[in-house]
Amino acid sequence: MNWEAFWLTVRLAAIVSTLLIAIGIPIAYWVTYSRWRWKFLVEAAVALPIVLPPTVLGFYVLVALGSRSPLGRWWESLTGHTLAFTFEGLVIGSLLYSLPFAVQPFAASFGAVDSKLLRASASLGHSPVQTFLRIVLPLSKTGLVTGFALSFAHTLGEFGVVLMVGGNIPGVTRTISIDIYDQVQTANYSSANQTALLLLIISFIVLSVVFGLNRYGLNRRPWAVGPWR
Amino acid sequence: MAVKTAPASQAALQTSTQPISSELEVRIRKRFANPEGSFNLNVHFRALAGFTIVFGASGAGKTTLLDCISGLANPDDGRIAIGGEDLYDSEKKRNLAAWKRRIGYVHQDLALFPHLTAEQNVAYGLRALSAAERRTRSREMLAAFRIEHLRDRRPAQISGGERQRVALARALVTEPRALLLDEPLAALDRPTKSSLVGDLRRWNQHHRVPILFVTHNGEEVFALGDEVIVLDAGSIVAQGLPHEVMRAPRLETVAQLSGFENIFDATVLALHEDRGTMTCRLGSGVVELETPLVRADVGSRLRVGVRAGDLLLATEHPRGLSARNILPGTIRQLEQRDVIVAATVDCGGTEFEVHLTLAARDALQLGAGKPVWVVVKTHSCHLMRM
Repeated sequence: MNWEAFWLTVRLAAIVSTLLIAIGIPIAYWVTYSRWRWKFLVEAAVALPIVLPPTVLGFYVLVALGSRSPLGRWWESLTGHTLAFTFEGLVIGSLLYSLPFAVQPFAASFGAVDSKLLRASASLGHSPVQTFLRIVLPLSKTGLVTGFALSFAHTLGEFGVVLMVGGNIPGVTRTISIDIYDQVQTANYSSANQTALLLLIISFIVLSVVFGLNRYGLNRRPWAVGPWR
Repeated sequence: MAVKTAPASQAALQTSTQPISSELEVRIRKRFANPEGSFNLNVHFRALAGFTIVFGASGAGKTTLLDCISGLANPDDGRIAIGGEDLYDSEKKRNLAAWKRRIGYVHQDLALFPHLTAEQNVAYGLRALSAAERRTRSREMLAAFRIEHLRDRRPAQISGGERQRVALARALVTEPRALLLDEPLAALDRPTKSSLVGDLRRWNQHHRVPILFVTHNGEEVFALGDEVIVLDAGSIVAQGLPHEVMRAPRLETVAQLSGFENIFDATVLALHEDRGTMTCRLGSGVVELETPLVRADVGSRLRVGVRAGDLLLATEHPRGLSARNILPGTIRQLEQRDVIVAATVDCGGTEFEVHLTLAARDALQLGAGKPVWVVVKTHSCHLMRM
């Protein structure tokens, strides 16, 4: 059992899913409320990582991070080293890879907030952004937790993008799924099984939390009409 | 029956300051769709401080009108101004955002914020004030609407009437420049309704802002209205004091909306200006009715509306009665509808619908074929222009 790879992966997933809350909320806000006619193109682009082979995504991220791209050169002039094959590079690749798993639950829960509440808020003197912060976000808690958990679990298990962008550097970019692959390559099946089983259990727990939450809500659902009424 | 308010609550309704006279002027056009097709809302009116009832069947454009005034919908063109300030003016290309208009809007389904308590809901619109001030003001308003004890409850935990009070308090606490109420009483029972109306009236006495009150309930028109605007298919078809609009010769839509079961074409036979009445013949039949005098010439054609509940039935020719119209006829049909009996009576070819109680039917042993007299008071006859 390679604990170094395990904790590296957990750290990566935690950072990525936390950043995705910050990045995903504005994108989901825009996707929910924009009336731009070409909005569907942006929605499709955000959803791409769901269907794209991770190697394709990883390849382009690698190219974009490399010293031949403007982004790569800018980062190199800033830090003195390239983004490719670093933990930071891995974070960037994973952000793109898990973006739809955060944005889609966010947007779905924003869209589910009754538009009458938004109208009421406007006639009570609140701007759209104030309304979003005071009405939409609090009523979207379940969607926010779902997006966080799904992007965490999704990042935990990624393989293709990590391999393309990060390579396989122990302690830096060797994540748990790559570790399993290595162990299988060296015919170390029992160790591979332990690690795989751990990943399986964690993923199952995270998804159970997500589905349980969507079924029963957060600990308190004050707006639910209970049988006691 | 209005419930008496405690002195403390009275104070809260009175202490606010806003004596600014604000007249609401609306002159807009907007296409809108309802299940019967597409209509043009095309209205022009002024609403002074006090209640203005917007009366009309569903689909007449009432909600579209309120949405435009509140800024939640955009008119196609025209102008909306309050106290002289333009909220919307298509010529000046001005369109103030809804959240900057300071117009209170209570929709029929209230839209209370489910995750906030009653007090937080009421305090919601007081964003600009300090926390202490917000608390004082919202508690005063909760007291004024007699829902202080509910302040820590959430909307799902209180009754429909209480929610209505929270919604009204939430809109009023912001001291809006005008108040738009879209059938706010529709779901309430009668006592709750009248006590809420009392609270609303008291608030209005000290704030003097225009209140547009949308309803399709004729009773509410008489109970509340200083002024009535009747909307039909997007246009104002009548406007004035409630008794003028609802009782004087007006368009037939008004009568149907206000619940006349009997509507007849009539010809004016004679005017009795000294008595304030006139005689009309109904349809092509032989029935003549004495009705209130309206501005009409002999020979002109009008429509007469009579409520089925305003008619009397007698099994013998009544004597010593003040009613001027006593018409012989025959019961064609009796039909029980819940706790009332609807009798169809044929008076020389003209059919009246008369509503009776079950007890009256049994006491008079009424049945199809029985000869009766229909008694119609002069002032139960409502005249309408054709």
